[in-house]
Amino acid sequence: MSSTDDVVVTGLGATTPLGGDVTSTWEALLAGRSGVSRITDDWITEFPAQLVARLAEDPAEKIERVRARRLDRSQQVAVVAAEEAWRSSGAADAGVDPERIAVVFGTGIGGALTLLGQDDVLEEKGPKRVSPFTIPMLMPNGPAAAVGLAVGAKGGVHAPVSACASGAEAIRWGLDLIRFDRADVVLVGGAEACVHPLPMAGFAAMRAMSTRNDEPERASRPFDKGRDGFVLGEGAAALVLERGDAARARGATIHARLAGAGATADGYDLVAPHPEGEGAGRAISAALRDASLTPADIGHVNAHATSTPVGDTAEAAAIRGSLGEHVLVTATKSQTGHLLGAAGALESVFTILALRDQIVPATANLDDPDDDAAVQALDIVRREPRRAQLSAAVNDSFGFGGHNIALVFTTA
Amino acid sequence: MSEDIQAGLAEILEEVAGVAPADATPEKSFTEDLDVDSLSMVEIATEVENKFGVAIPDDELANIKTVGDAINYITANRG
Repeated sequence: MSSTDDVVVTGLGATTPLGGDVTSTWEALLAGRSGVSRITDDWITEFPAQLVARLAEDPAEKIERVRARRLDRSQQVAVVAAEEAWRSSGAADAGVDPERIAVVFGTGIGGALTLLGQDDVLEEKGPKRVSPFTIPMLMPNGPAAAVGLAVGAKGGVHAPVSACASGAEAIRWGLDLIRFDRADVVLVGGAEACVHPLPMAGFAAMRAMSTRNDEPERASRPFDKGRDGFVLGEGAAALVLERGDAARARGATIHARLAGAGATADGYDLVAPHPEGEGAGRAISAALRDASLTPADIGHVNAHATSTPVGDTAEAAAIRGSLGEHVLVTATKSQTGHLLGAAGALESVFTILALRDQIVPATANLDDPDDDAAVQALDIVRREPRRAQLSAAVNDSFGFGGHNIALVFTTA
Repeated sequence: MSEDIQAGLAEILEEVAGVAPADATPEKSFTEDLDVDSLSMVEIATEVENKFGVAIPDDELANIKTVGDAINYITANRG
């Protein structure tokens, strides 16, 4: 099939710091609630950054007990979000050949809780006590594999790993799988659950995390002058993609079209973003070309904006340079924290819901926008959500390693 | 007492593999009747060692086909 034929989104799922499903998460987001809290465990006392955005609902309680104990938490959240998306799409009842169902599910870190927990077992009790499920629980394709099993996908299961762009990269792969006729239905998304002392210490050592420990709900403040780093979050989000004609023929609810995608690499530094967001801007422009749209068509951007000092200004320059100053920008990590490999998937869900409901969520904690020229020039929605007439929107995601992904969604 | 061992083994089977305690009777085959896979058998062996202090080497584990085989092995090797 040609790339001009449409790919549509027929199912959405999420489990996040704001809620256990899509509806509760979206309501909490629009209501301005924060998912961030301060860790009170004993181990945190020596840590400079003590904040986290934990899941609103424990995924293990939503999965049958024996099944749950063989799944790392990153796999549990993937399964919870994917099953919600799958149920809501109605694809299970559509009689799709399992060999035409594919899964693309990314993660940034993988099964860190299992890796680190079983390392403790190894150190304390020796190699014979290490769980036989260690490897299938820690492997970075674990969330994708667990989702594939959950829905009976036999048309290929893939696991893109590109740090904090992983979830968005999964959506792009899914788009390509349908365009190239490799599958009829693709369940895509991202998952992350790595709240543990080691990742916390590693990110803190990079000076990437907020140390505003006394004000948890105000710590994640993208584009604000007082921002000082991201807040680690956990969760997952999922989308069901399929060909528009097939979805319409079976009477599926179409939430949005996935109109295009762009992927670039900075070629600049392993960790630091290009200061002017050169690669990020190219990704957005590539996604627009892929969607056969122009900057004027885009009304809204759900920004990656993690609340780090250098990342947010680089992205502002990229958005301004590639799209202009008319777009309504929001940074939802201000409330969800940074879900790393799930971020792009969750923010794509938010982008789709913004198009559906014709409303742009506010960027929390943006009290005093940065003096940076691009930040000042952009229309960043703050204080309260803004109603707007939207026909197309962009979600962009970036990952350590210089990975840039931009996705374009349009109204159904 | 083999009843104690059977009850203890049933607890392990329920925890590790979701087997209802009433189903954990001596004649049952782990793989054929109780749907216990090979990785779960390794986990069961670890839990048996924790609970009964009886280590089951891999070559012995391969010979344990039924709940009764496990009860007999634990009974014979418990200190």
